[in-house]
Amino acid sequence: MIRVDSLSKRFGDFVALGDVSLHVPAGSLTALLGPSGSGKSTLLRTIAGLETPDGGTVHLDGTDVTNVAPQDRGVGFVFQHYAAFKHMNVRDNVAFGLTIRKRPKDEIRDTVDRLLDVVGLTGFQTRYPSQLSGGQRQRMALARALAIEPKVLLLDEPFGALDRNVRTELRTWLRRLHDEVHVTTVLVTHDQEEAMDLADQIVLLNHGSIEQEGSPTELYDTPASDFVMGFLGPVVELDGGLVRPHDVAIALTADHDTTEAQVVRVVHLGFEVRIELELAGGSPLTVQLTRAQAARLELEAGQIVFVRVPEVATFAAGGI
Amino acid sequence: MSRIALRLTMFVYLGLVLIVPVAMVLVRTFSPGLGAFWSSVTTPAAIHAFWLTLLVAAITVPIVAVLGVVAALVIVRTRLPGRRLLEVVIDLPFAISPVVVGLALVLVYGRDGWLGPALASVGIHMIFSVPGIVLATVFVCLPFVAREVVPVLREIGDDQELAAATLGASRWTTFIRITLPSIRWGLAYGIVLSTARAIGEFGAVSVVSGKVSGKTETLTLLVEKRYQNFDSAGAYAASALLAIIAVTTLLTMTYVQRKASRQ
Repeated sequence: MIRVDSLSKRFGDFVALGDVSLHVPAGSLTALLGPSGSGKSTLLRTIAGLETPDGGTVHLDGTDVTNVAPQDRGVGFVFQHYAAFKHMNVRDNVAFGLTIRKRPKDEIRDTVDRLLDVVGLTGFQTRYPSQLSGGQRQRMALARALAIEPKVLLLDEPFGALDRNVRTELRTWLRRLHDEVHVTTVLVTHDQEEAMDLADQIVLLNHGSIEQEGSPTELYDTPASDFVMGFLGPVVELDGGLVRPHDVAIALTADHDTTEAQVVRVVHLGFEVRIELELAGGSPLTVQLTRAQAARLELEAGQIVFVRVPEVATFAAGGI
Repeated sequence: MSRIALRLTMFVYLGLVLIVPVAMVLVRTFSPGLGAFWSSVTTPAAIHAFWLTLLVAAITVPIVAVLGVVAALVIVRTRLPGRRLLEVVIDLPFAISPVVVGLALVLVYGRDGWLGPALASVGIHMIFSVPGIVLATVFVCLPFVAREVVPVLREIGDDQELAAATLGASRWTTFIRITLPSIRWGLAYGIVLSTARAIGEFGAVSVVSGKVSGKTETLTLLVEKRYQNFDSAGAYAASALLAIIAVTTLLTMTYVQRKASRQ
């Protein structure tokens, strides 16, 4: 369990964290989500002890660790660029935390082999980091962090340096690993899809403070601000409010709650169809339909249609 | 065509300023015959100068290696005030003529110097003795290790060190197990350069040593003395000895560079 109270941190004039409080339940997987410069990495590094806060406290499992060195916090930390020990092979990398604790050799070898099995790197013991792919390096770094049996596992944009396919694959793999190992995990990401896919709890940060925290569905369905709504998925503006493009319905006949629009372009994107419209006032509007919906409407450029938005799906633009 | 011209220019240039002169020294050294060379480099003064030169290098190089690594760590890894100043000051020995360094040391540690009398009263004589030669050589060699290690430290970043810290490694353990292996080739290169400089240093040593034959006379000083005394054969022989040490250093350096580039 991690508890953070009124944490603040400045770098010169830049406020990285302004009075942030947070609770991460034991055994959960929490994502710190936000744009770059939102303070999410600073928050994670402060929990690990890699940054010293200007104010506030950090508790791990009920113990105040604010002034405890990172060496003594018992956290596993995984860096975006792997931080692999380049001059050591995979076995020595993973064994590092145990070697410096002078554990018996047999115990170290068993633990390393077991962890390499968990992360799917069995047989790579004598390879060097330069002989591994990015995804393999990051899995090695994860095994290395898990070897010391950390109280919490902290991941700083762990898949940020990998290409898209590997990223998706490792994401699924990490979720499965977490369900097996159950170590309290905090993950920093700027990718909302990754956060929604992985986390039990999402903490959305902006300008050094928390905008909203909750489950992925809570944040998606009941955003606390237009920033949250905009960050978690695509939005379009309609009638002075923000709305998700897939929540807009298109009808061929007018009704009392519809707005008139003209089809500008129909784009087929595989499983979805994007309709680009122009409203009566000249402002653009993009709507997302399923293939079935699009097929039923048989839309084409130049056609006049009528759009409608369900009440619950909107958020007043500009208001918090 | 222009590439061939470029290469030709380079070879002519290198030939005129480096290869021909050094080759001439070797030719002149060995033309009177090996026996003459041997007797010239085995006089008591020459043997003493040879060992003194190696002794000074052996004391100087470990000192500048440690100081260089510490300075590089302070410059790259800390936020201490004054680290930028240190980065400028560490290059000072490159900019100042070694003769000036020697004179400055005499002003501080000489008989009428600022610290000289106090040290003399407890029996330590810096000027005209080995400690002074070492001090001058250390000053002149100071930048080499730091200059080589600073860019390596910058390039590797501190991720690996932070990772070691989160895994429970103390600062010292991290330095020995992570930082030192990462900078080892840069450090080795810096040590080789320092060694070459320590052996070849003339200006600063010439001022502080007093050039006492058989006591404070290094190989470079011996070359100068023999040349001044119209013993050019002797000067060439001593030069050849220096050249042999230099070539050995150069070969080591090439080996180290090859190793490093393969990493």
